[in-house]
Amino acid sequence: MTSFACDKHRFHLESGVMEVSPSTVSLIREFGCEQTLLSRPDGSASFVQGDTSVMAGVYGPAEVKVSKEIYDRATLEVLVHPKVGLPGVRERSQEQCLRETCEASLLLSLHPRSSLTLILQVLHDDGSLLSCCLNAACMALMDAGLSMGRLFCGVTCAISTDGEIITDPTAAQEKESRALMTFAIDSKERRVMMSSTKGSFSVHELQQCIAVSQKASEKIFQFYRDSVRRRYSKNL
Amino acid sequence: MKQKKKKILQGGRGRCGCVSSCRETRCSVRMFSVLKERVGQILLPGDEFCCGPQDTLPLTDSGKPERLVAGPGLRLSGDRLLVSRSGVLRHKEPNKFWIESQQRRYVPAKGETVIGVVTAKAGDVFKVDFGGSEPASLSYLAFDGATKRNRPNVQVGDLVFAQFIVANKDMEPELVCIDGSGRANGMGVFGAGGLLIKVSLGLVRRLLVPNSELRADLQQLFPCELVVGMNGRVWVRAGTVQQTLILANLLQSCDTMTAPQRQQLFRNVWTRLHGAGLTEDPKDQLVLCGGPEPMDFLVFV
Repeated sequence: MTSFACDKHRFHLESGVMEVSPSTVSLIREFGCEQTLLSRPDGSASFVQGDTSVMAGVYGPAEVKVSKEIYDRATLEVLVHPKVGLPGVRERSQEQCLRETCEASLLLSLHPRSSLTLILQVLHDDGSLLSCCLNAACMALMDAGLSMGRLFCGVTCAISTDGEIITDPTAAQEKESRALMTFAIDSKERRVMMSSTKGSFSVHELQQCIAVSQKASEKIFQFYRDSVRRRYSKNL
Repeated sequence: MKQKKKKILQGGRGRCGCVSSCRETRCSVRMFSVLKERVGQILLPGDEFCCGPQDTLPLTDSGKPERLVAGPGLRLSGDRLLVSRSGVLRHKEPNKFWIESQQRRYVPAKGETVIGVVTAKAGDVFKVDFGGSEPASLSYLAFDGATKRNRPNVQVGDLVFAQFIVANKDMEPELVCIDGSGRANGMGVFGAGGLLIKVSLGLVRRLLVPNSELRADLQQLFPCELVVGMNGRVWVRAGTVQQTLILANLLQSCDTMTAPQRQQLFRNVWTRLHGAGLTEDPKDQLVLCGGPEPMDFLVFV
């Protein structure tokens, strides 16, 4: 288990300033990851962000049902299992966000007429669940050795009632917030691959949040690198 | 043996001489040296190497572009070389590069030898499950000494050691149990006894490299027979059932161990076996089949 410690930090909005001030560096809760922890799937990972924890497993490229077969690329199926109960509408929407992000980063045309299945099990939800799912998914896909054009990571931002941006909010902070947004950021150009928002905010606030997320993503990508390096250090 | 094996595959071989088709490109001298510098390092998907006209050639170097063969995990996109898998960058003289990663799911590549299970008989072909995304077909004529009259004795559920003659993302994979000269050459149906285990593809490659440390460690335990399929399946047989099981368990635990840890474990096992009087003199030891290098190179000229 590798973990990355950093203090939580808040961003104060100043009107007209788009840049994130360089003094505000650390902004996410402590996070950690473990790869290849399950023996049955082809790739697996668990990702922990503060108290939020998600486990992901990837199967594939495997045989596909004829009804779901796509002639020129692999079929990606994403399943999100909540901590308790059956998956509902909320899980379906998360599945769609995850699927579209994964489809954009995976090179699915390399495995036509096959299926990839990504299963995410929520172990505990303490805010920023979607971003934790995204991170776990990326680690699991990498662990499975699937060809990817780029990596992605998820960052959640909350805007509190007094206009403060909080990255990687806890469940309590999410509840108090005026708006909540999750972005998937790609590793190459730090562009937004997916966004999921809730609540009301101005264009300026959105842009500010994107900038903050892009900055936070650097840390996550560096963490990805460190954790893969640690994993391969055994058989260099 | 290697020579013979190659014959069968000569049809689609790339210019670079590696079995199956290779992805070959010309790149600048600078990119070549940058790649060489990073051999042994860990790369992640999304990392890239530039080899475009924007590269300035140093005056001292000869401006001749070098040929480069990109193997698994490296992709060419325009004038860039993209990394598409996480793992360690490996290099083989003179110009082959690939990413070595720890995978579990096998994707077939032409020329690789695998262990499969016969799942069905359909007319004149057998369907063989080798752990990929679809079953491979194996013709009943593709066995040593098989003719239309003299059919091979293959039953559903049998294990076969076979080689891919067609492995291509758009076509059904096809296996054969003969080499180019029609000989079995170690391939065919497995006999009775032995145990089939599944290990990671990385471990399989570590077992198959020439002068592999892992193999040397195994050799010190007791005489055994090992058939290694590139699809992560390993068939083990030792003198007794107990020894076979010990070997199988050791192999499966090797995956997540460093070399010193492994040697320590092997030493422990050896001393215990010795105490129990379970060992014999290791004589002629491991029987190995298959090649260590990745085969799924593709050519662009």
